[in-house]
Amino acid sequence: MALSEHTRLELREIIARYPQPRSALLPMLHLVQSEEGYVTSEGITLCAEELGLTQAEVGAVATFYTMYRRKPAGTYHVGVCTNTLCAVLGGDAILSGLKDHLGIGHNETTEDGRLSLEHIECNAACDYAPVVMVNWEFYDNQTPGSARDLVDACREGNPPPPTRGASSLCTFREMSRVLAGFPDGRGSEGVQAGAPTLVGLEIAKSRGDVAPPMPDAPATSER
Amino acid sequence: MVLTPVLSRHWDDADSFTLEGYTRRGGYTALQRALTMEPDAIIAAVKDAGLRGRGGAGFPTGMKWGFIPQGTEGQAAKPHYLVVNADESEPGTCKDVPMMMATPHLLVEGVAIAAYAIRSSFAVIYVRGEVLHVIRRLQQAVADAYAAGHLGQDIGGSGFSLDVVVHAGSGAYICGEETALLDSLEGYRGQPRLRPPFPATHGLYASPTVVNNVESIASVPAIVLGGAEWFASMGTEKSKGFTLYSLSGHVKNPGQYEAPLGITLRQLLELSGGMREGSSLKFWTPGGSSTPLLTSEHLDVPLDYEGVAAAGSMLGTKALQCFDQTTCAVRAILRWTEFYAHESCGKCTPCREGTFWMVQVLQRLETGTGTEEDLATLLDTCDNIFGRAFCALADGAVSPIVSGVQYFREEFVAHMQGRGCPFDPVASTVFAATAGGPA
Repeated sequence: MALSEHTRLELREIIARYPQPRSALLPMLHLVQSEEGYVTSEGITLCAEELGLTQAEVGAVATFYTMYRRKPAGTYHVGVCTNTLCAVLGGDAILSGLKDHLGIGHNETTEDGRLSLEHIECNAACDYAPVVMVNWEFYDNQTPGSARDLVDACREGNPPPPTRGASSLCTFREMSRVLAGFPDGRGSEGVQAGAPTLVGLEIAKSRGDVAPPMPDAPATSER
Repeated sequence: MVLTPVLSRHWDDADSFTLEGYTRRGGYTALQRALTMEPDAIIAAVKDAGLRGRGGAGFPTGMKWGFIPQGTEGQAAKPHYLVVNADESEPGTCKDVPMMMATPHLLVEGVAIAAYAIRSSFAVIYVRGEVLHVIRRLQQAVADAYAAGHLGQDIGGSGFSLDVVVHAGSGAYICGEETALLDSLEGYRGQPRLRPPFPATHGLYASPTVVNNVESIASVPAIVLGGAEWFASMGTEKSKGFTLYSLSGHVKNPGQYEAPLGITLRQLLELSGGMREGSSLKFWTPGGSSTPLLTSEHLDVPLDYEGVAAAGSMLGTKALQCFDQTTCAVRAILRWTEFYAHESCGKCTPCREGTFWMVQVLQRLETGTGTEEDLATLLDTCDNIFGRAFCALADGAVSPIVSGVQYFREEFVAHMQGRGCPFDPVASTVFAATAGGPA
């Protein structure tokens, strides 16, 4: 898909959100990525034109951040956390299993363009380790077997819903558009929390532990 | 009371993330009250409460707000900005992401109150890009708050107006450092700035700016409602209030535990069911991988700013990553070092070059080709990195190494002379003994 005049108008919409235009650059690059599946030189040129920057200035920013891809990402971009905690708890085994199964390595895409693979750093879900992300949605508490099933289902175009996320998995391009600040209206889908998020609260309730009462707490519909 | 859920109190409501669910639990009453107060009175309340930054450094939040110049002269006359640091990326840290998933309005309400206090009419929530659904929840919460009149023009008829933008980052740990975050938000590579000047006077667009962590801002509505004294009735003398402790690793029940500052890991393990079956604690981080490792000797260290510092580490983000006897300390430290090498922004030579070379040395040590001399080189390199870079990433990078060698030197030596790693990596996985294990 080539970048259109419509993309240019949406880039201007992003610029209008900020007190100074250049603040829009990161979301603009997410938008470009949503149109083409990666950050192309055409996309860099378009951002540069809209912000009055050189291509070199935009390229310098685009290459600094790991989420911008220089080659097409798969429809489903799979990230396996191999930072220490996830790695030790099984992330290393999951990643090596997926590499063997898919025949691709870190930052590579399958020939059919369906899947790309990346080892990722800590994704702030250590209480759900080992964690796999697909299009930056959470697939918690994975094993080598469950991760293999997950990528197979993605390949067949039938991915299961994320553990904590929308009720179905969107594509890499759809995801990038949300990151550019164009909501897909799916924020109300999915659970509010997974079990580990709630475990402390449940233990507190079972023990009858509460914070001290506020001195003049306003009336709310408490239990 | 051992646990004190305040932030997490309504996370078990299935609709806790919606405006309706949040309002039903008293949401936005703190903003209403705040708008009847003088902005300086709110700053004073946050100061008196003793709230300290929950992003790792522990700097007093109210003092940070008080540094914003007010008036009509010089810097004070420029627009003031509030930037929420939602770039949660410190290894082990996993509190802000579930909080924004479960109660995004708690953050939005805190943003409105904080912006009113520092007299800002433009706020940004800089959230890491790798958490799609959290970004959706924040976008929805901000849109719903606008529609309900909690954001936008003339909020609640108070004359106070505020615009909030949810800004997705693009994958760079360094942007959790506040001045790198500001550079990133201005559309540049995220690299730390020389300080002074500090963001309080020359932050976003060289204007007065407060940068606060998500949990710090989310704690503000409760302080407005409960008062400084109530907040300070929890915690220890210099570390006040409630906070989220994130338990992870080889424990039976990993998760979020909200307790007063000063609780110990022993208490948290007892409450939560302890280490996994047949497992004993070998080492742990009190606040992410940038805080020096502790061991089972430190189970009774009060987890507040002073207590953990006295034990030779830092409270950090309260990310309690617990590793048991099946874990190779050298492997763990190598992996963290690879992380810092990958995430070093490249600005300062000691960090950029030093982390690269430390990975090479640690790889030799882990695979059995390392020597005693390598170990000495490693510690010498740490000495040359610590304190010699613009930001704390470099100091964080040496933390696991220096503390790891301090506690586990024998384990490093056991790898030497071609012996390699004596540990079975399968034994440390969560699926070690299950049918779904590696096949």
